[in-house]
Amino acid sequence: MDKTKERSIDKTTQDMLQRAKELNIPTAWDRLESMLPQCGFGKLGICCRNCEMGPCKINPFSEKEQTGICGASVDTIVARNFIRMIAGGAAAHSDHGRDIIHAFMLAAKGKTDAYGIKDETKLKVLAREYNVKIDGREINEIAEELSEKFFLEFGRQHGEMKVPQRAPEKRLKLWRELGIVPRGVDREIVETMHRTVMGVDNDYKNILMHGFRTALADGWGGSMIATDLSDVLFKSPEPITAKSNLGVLSPDEVNIVVHGHEPTLSDVVVDAVRSPEMIELAKKKGAKGINLVGMCCTSSEILMRHGIPVAGNFLQQELAILTGAVDLMMVDVQCIMPALSGVASAFHTKLVTTSPKNKAPGVTHVEFKAEKAYDIAKGIVKMAIENFPNRNGNGIHIPDKSEDLVAGFTAENIYNFLGGAYRATYRPLNDAIIQGRIRGLAGVVGCNNPKIKHNYGHIEMAKELIKNDVLVVVTGCSAIADSEAGLLQPEAAVKYAGKGLREICEAVGIPPILHVGSCVDNSRILIALTNVIREGGLGEDLSDLPVAGAAPEWMSEKAVSIASYFIASGVLTVLGSPFQILGSRKVTDFLCSEAEDIVGGKFVFEGDPVKAARIMIDHIDKKRKALKLKPLMYR
Amino acid sequence: MKRVFVNLDKCLGCNGCMIACAVEQSSAGDLFKAISEMPLPVSRIEVKTVDEGGSFPLQCRHCEEPYCIDACIAGAIRKDPETGLVLSDEEKCVGCWMCVMTCPFGVIRVSLLPDKKGKIAVKCDLCQDRKIPACVEACHTGALLFCEVEQFISLVSKSKGDRDVLLNSR
Repeated sequence: MDKTKERSIDKTTQDMLQRAKELNIPTAWDRLESMLPQCGFGKLGICCRNCEMGPCKINPFSEKEQTGICGASVDTIVARNFIRMIAGGAAAHSDHGRDIIHAFMLAAKGKTDAYGIKDETKLKVLAREYNVKIDGREINEIAEELSEKFFLEFGRQHGEMKVPQRAPEKRLKLWRELGIVPRGVDREIVETMHRTVMGVDNDYKNILMHGFRTALADGWGGSMIATDLSDVLFKSPEPITAKSNLGVLSPDEVNIVVHGHEPTLSDVVVDAVRSPEMIELAKKKGAKGINLVGMCCTSSEILMRHGIPVAGNFLQQELAILTGAVDLMMVDVQCIMPALSGVASAFHTKLVTTSPKNKAPGVTHVEFKAEKAYDIAKGIVKMAIENFPNRNGNGIHIPDKSEDLVAGFTAENIYNFLGGAYRATYRPLNDAIIQGRIRGLAGVVGCNNPKIKHNYGHIEMAKELIKNDVLVVVTGCSAIADSEAGLLQPEAAVKYAGKGLREICEAVGIPPILHVGSCVDNSRILIALTNVIREGGLGEDLSDLPVAGAAPEWMSEKAVSIASYFIASGVLTVLGSPFQILGSRKVTDFLCSEAEDIVGGKFVFEGDPVKAARIMIDHIDKKRKALKLKPLMYR
Repeated sequence: MKRVFVNLDKCLGCNGCMIACAVEQSSAGDLFKAISEMPLPVSRIEVKTVDEGGSFPLQCRHCEEPYCIDACIAGAIRKDPETGLVLSDEEKCVGCWMCVMTCPFGVIRVSLLPDKKGKIAVKCDLCQDRKIPACVEACHTGALLFCEVEQFISLVSKSKGDRDVLLNSR
């Protein structure tokens, strides 16, 4: 049991890891062990494989300065590798956004069996922003024109993207001066690949600045579009209660786990499992009903909009199957471990891939098409039901633990929440910060990583922050971690929050940690911060705000992109393990120090989540001082 | 006594052993800190290239009759009578480089002293305070082995590959 306790802070996870051990089924933690020690060149980012003169590896212990065969310095190599990671992350988020636009366009044209415009108010706000004529036009006509405008954000070749214009004026001016306002999502990602090809950019600063531009095209582009149009298509989230952790799996219902990121299919599956036809079929097969649960970010999408329970975060995906109670796991894209097919083969669980971008050998593939989404969803649900009788009764082990949570906060509904529905405003939030009831805001986001005790980084950091009156907003696997620890309940404020933050939470009835969505929904945090600036009294630029960001258990390239767009937006961002840049002193200095003078934000690497929280708190205090704010109300 | 052996067929030239050795020799014992130590830690193992791009790692063979001991004017290098390891007392080294010149394998290297006021000769001590030498532990393909000579010989005789070369003492 000892090793399992070292691997996760979550009891349910420990329980399932013990089962994995008994069944001799390896998990990510075991595979990490078999990878140790990991390659030092890789960890330091000093291996270049970008051409066939190489691979070139710079010896970090060489007294003489080494360069690659082409002459690339270690700084060039590290910077190139780093921005390629940004491009990978930006591509993933943005391609997700592109798929949402596609579904949105089909909905507008009436060419799908599943989608419609569910939030007309938000649609009209977007239409106004994009100069799409509203008066006298049908909703569908507006939506169709708007979809073209959004597609153009990806394909624009020159000028400036429209989405980043939402940033505070001063921020936008700075980006323009630095020449990093993104032109088009695809353009910046392609240019990253071009610049890093053998024999192109070898000024590490110039390379990194383009990295920022690419990351901005994600945060203030692809991701933001994904969030906005998901709200329009699937409705804007409202605070909602649900349950979280593997205990949400049911012993006597058909369990379907949707895992991945894009809501296009998962949201339709919600409708399908609620159809009387499917429920009746499930009963005919001996089940009491159908239990749909989510995993990773697609889980957050359908949690925020429909209150669908959360089965777990990234490192719990294999464990869900290990319960033996999952009749079907449907996956789309991103963070889907290729290991799943192996785990599933040890049980009756049917694994189904749905995206043409993600198939797996020997795994059933049911290709998702937005035109026939409902049909496809029903087909998959039927597959799950038909697999229910194949369950092996003895081989089932469902942990009994799940926690209550509240999710569904957005940059828009914070207006109502804090200001009241009749005078929707950010004023109370700004005032709370100005008067020192709340110290500041922190975004804690990102993945799980078996190198860091599962959920420990997220939970300990969040607790330390709220204890010190920092209102925390969370997304993705971080949000799920906190939910599993019961931190997304209003009662958590009484238990863990400092006095000032507790007063606010009690007055408004919110948890001290606000779940604002999936990883593309980090864009909601950017918008919320912009709204705080617009409300006034806390400076003119995002970098003036008493705020900080963190990804204590990051692992994905997407986190590299997110962290980069946050520092490029002026926000200090703490990472639980260092980016693969430490092989170059100059690149490290640039991103962890000099960047603050250029874009207002920088990276800090700190593995201890409590120490990391202290760094964030010190930074918030520094910003409070610069704004000449009152001292905290309760010290 | 256990020694480090090399299975030539398995070395991919990743240099992982060199990194692991240098980190082991650093004061911090941590990669991220070791790379900015002054002086930089020196790896006692080096990956060499052979014929058409093949590679193999090489460190002190702990010879039966070490030339380096004969050559050492300071009496810094000695052979441990029990373990047979050839060990260097870095405090006694005067930096005359006779050992470097006489070593037929070229595995004695030069390191700056911590105060940077001089240089001394350094060599592999088979990570005496570890169960398994850092280089062997770091080797991903199993090219580096830490075992008794008899074990290695039986391993070689079982293997059909004629490039399996016993690379150890003598």
